[in-house]
Amino acid sequence: MSLLQVVDLHATVGETEILKGISLTVNAGEVHAIMGPNGSGKSTLAQVLAGHPAYTVTSGTVTLDGADLLDLEPEERAHAGVFLAFQYPVEIPGVTNAYFLRMAYNEVRKARGLEELDPIDFYDLLEEKLKVVRWGPEVMERAVNFGFSGGEKKRNEILQMAVLEPRLAILDETDSGLDIDAMRIVADGVNQLRRPDHATILVTHYQRLLDYIVPDFVHVLADGRIVKSGGKELAHELEARGYEWLTGVPEAAVA
Amino acid sequence: MSSPVEALVNREYKYGFVTDIEQVTAAIGLSEDTVRFISAKKDEPTWLLEWRLKAYRRWLEMTEPHWANIHHAPIDYQASTYYAAPKTTAPLGSLDEVDPKLLETYEKLGIPLSEQKLLAGVAVDAIFDSVSVGTTFKATLAKSGVLFCSFGEAVREHPELVQKYLGSVVPASDNFFAALNAAVFSDGSFVYVPKGVKCPMELSTYFRINAANSGQFERTLIVADEGASVSYLEGCTAPKRNENQLHAAVVELIALDDASIKYSTVQNWYAGDENGLGGIYNFVTKRGKAMHRAKISWTQVETGSAITWKYPSVLLMGDDSVGEFYSVAVVNGMQQADTGTKMIHMGRNSRSTIVSKGISAGRGQNSYRGQVKILPKAAGSRNYTQCDSMLIGNRCGAHTFPYIDVQNASSDVEHEASTSKIGEDQIFYCKQRGLNTENAISVIVNGFCKEVFRELPMEFAVEAQKLLGVSLEGSVG
Repeated sequence: MSLLQVVDLHATVGETEILKGISLTVNAGEVHAIMGPNGSGKSTLAQVLAGHPAYTVTSGTVTLDGADLLDLEPEERAHAGVFLAFQYPVEIPGVTNAYFLRMAYNEVRKARGLEELDPIDFYDLLEEKLKVVRWGPEVMERAVNFGFSGGEKKRNEILQMAVLEPRLAILDETDSGLDIDAMRIVADGVNQLRRPDHATILVTHYQRLLDYIVPDFVHVLADGRIVKSGGKELAHELEARGYEWLTGVPEAAVA
Repeated sequence: MSSPVEALVNREYKYGFVTDIEQVTAAIGLSEDTVRFISAKKDEPTWLLEWRLKAYRRWLEMTEPHWANIHHAPIDYQASTYYAAPKTTAPLGSLDEVDPKLLETYEKLGIPLSEQKLLAGVAVDAIFDSVSVGTTFKATLAKSGVLFCSFGEAVREHPELVQKYLGSVVPASDNFFAALNAAVFSDGSFVYVPKGVKCPMELSTYFRINAANSGQFERTLIVADEGASVSYLEGCTAPKRNENQLHAAVVELIALDDASIKYSTVQNWYAGDENGLGGIYNFVTKRGKAMHRAKISWTQVETGSAITWKYPSVLLMGDDSVGEFYSVAVVNGMQQADTGTKMIHMGRNSRSTIVSKGISAGRGQNSYRGQVKILPKAAGSRNYTQCDSMLIGNRCGAHTFPYIDVQNASSDVEHEASTSKIGEDQIFYCKQRGLNTENAISVIVNGFCKEVFRELPMEFAVEAQKLLGVSLEGSVG
């Protein structure tokens, strides 16, 4: 059974249809890259999979390990193992990273019938996970994303992912706004977290990230549909030729 | 999505019960006779009766203030009773003599009055409608010379202290509601901490309105003599009733040289229903006087009442005196709050800090009103004000009214303000990490209030967090 199965997914925001029939199969152990010009629906797909309330699914099905995903609340999807690394992580002033992470971790454990970790045991776990993004413990006392630079926010997303160990990680433009060093740290983190029983979807505009996280499959999204799928070489072709040969629209026109 | 506001207004106010107890009340209405009746009931000396009558006559000449950003139907001061007391309450020798129904009431409110069951290290004065029904740990406190008793008892036992300080910070004619209180106040708490003594336990008063058609007018007087320090907490609840009830209290704090008083409030009066029916009208005057190097710190968590009108203030009279005001005010449903502080700098190098966190949900209206005044002789003084508002939903309002008046060139005043909205994105982010909506709101709101909560005594900080959770339950969906 495939880990994620998306069949003919349509979704709207307000009156506007953004996803116009997406079908996608992701198996355990795979990394899929979703590429496409701005406005093609890449981020919408990520948000819809995570259950953002601003979008309405009008038809189609999504299953995770064979079970319907669309009927679940966002937190239930998280409990089932869906993780979204946000393009714009939100700030939560006054709430420390350590507190927030432990709360999230324990919510997921509770939902799975596991015992909650107390702060001391959780701290041990955190120390291990911090290595994934090459951070010291001092970051845990800072408020969630509050006053973080763009790069720090993205690293924090990867740290959360490391702690929550999702079945399906969706990274929404995690590379945007990163300098090359930050990108390396983030990519290394993601690579360390690859497991045979997990899967990753990378949503990205540029091929750059895919030099560091090598995908098994690349899909090109245009106007709410997947217009081409291929292996990692497709990303290089896109880098060389742009999107116009697939979309028929000059990229500059799609602001 | 289900409407969050609906879920919110259906929340249970768990303190809304009524204790069925026989009571003595004053006749409905307010006149000189009412004032005399109350004074006689309490066996007061003539000077106090005269003080009350003077206040009453002054009150007759005053008009209800309408400058606050609140709206309500006219209050009929002749429609309620100004004194209600359980019949059994004669001056009591010990808590064992208190009517079991009253003990049960406080037990139900989570304030057991038997000393074995109380939180260790917290002494409680329990005020039921117009009278104190008991004060715990009095003997323990007396060992270190700390006087902690009901106001009525203080008038009998320590008249010289009461006479010296009563009205010395909030004069009887200070404002309309303070004058009304001075005329008809029935009980309250009295604290005196002698020179150099650090009060060995937290002191607290628990105010309970029970009787229908009555108001509560209590008066609290706290004196910390030179070098003394004390931490005091008040809590308040009332039954659910369809009519509005008036609560007009006065609190006076006196911190003499080098003394410090920390006064914390967790106010959870009945707020009325979702249409604004019922609830307490809370018109309160709280003010402290800080002498040389003295410190007065107000912390308040205001979650209840249909209307809140209060401005705990500090007169920074002494050189190097310190005034603080930390506030969380939550409005939900149809609640209205107009609250803030006044920091009046008179002493040199006096310092004040104001941190106000307003949270508005439902159709609630929340106003911060604060005055910082630095007089010419208060050279080298400083004020820092931080005033943050958070909106939940789009039918509520947040307003800020700062008044800043600096009359010398060597002082510094800093004012920061922010308004944020708990957005769908913030909630979604938390939900995506596995938190349900309520936990998400609770985490975000508690984070927002952190700077204030950390000023509360430990046990109450936990209570306040829980209270906030209940107040905002389901306010976002």
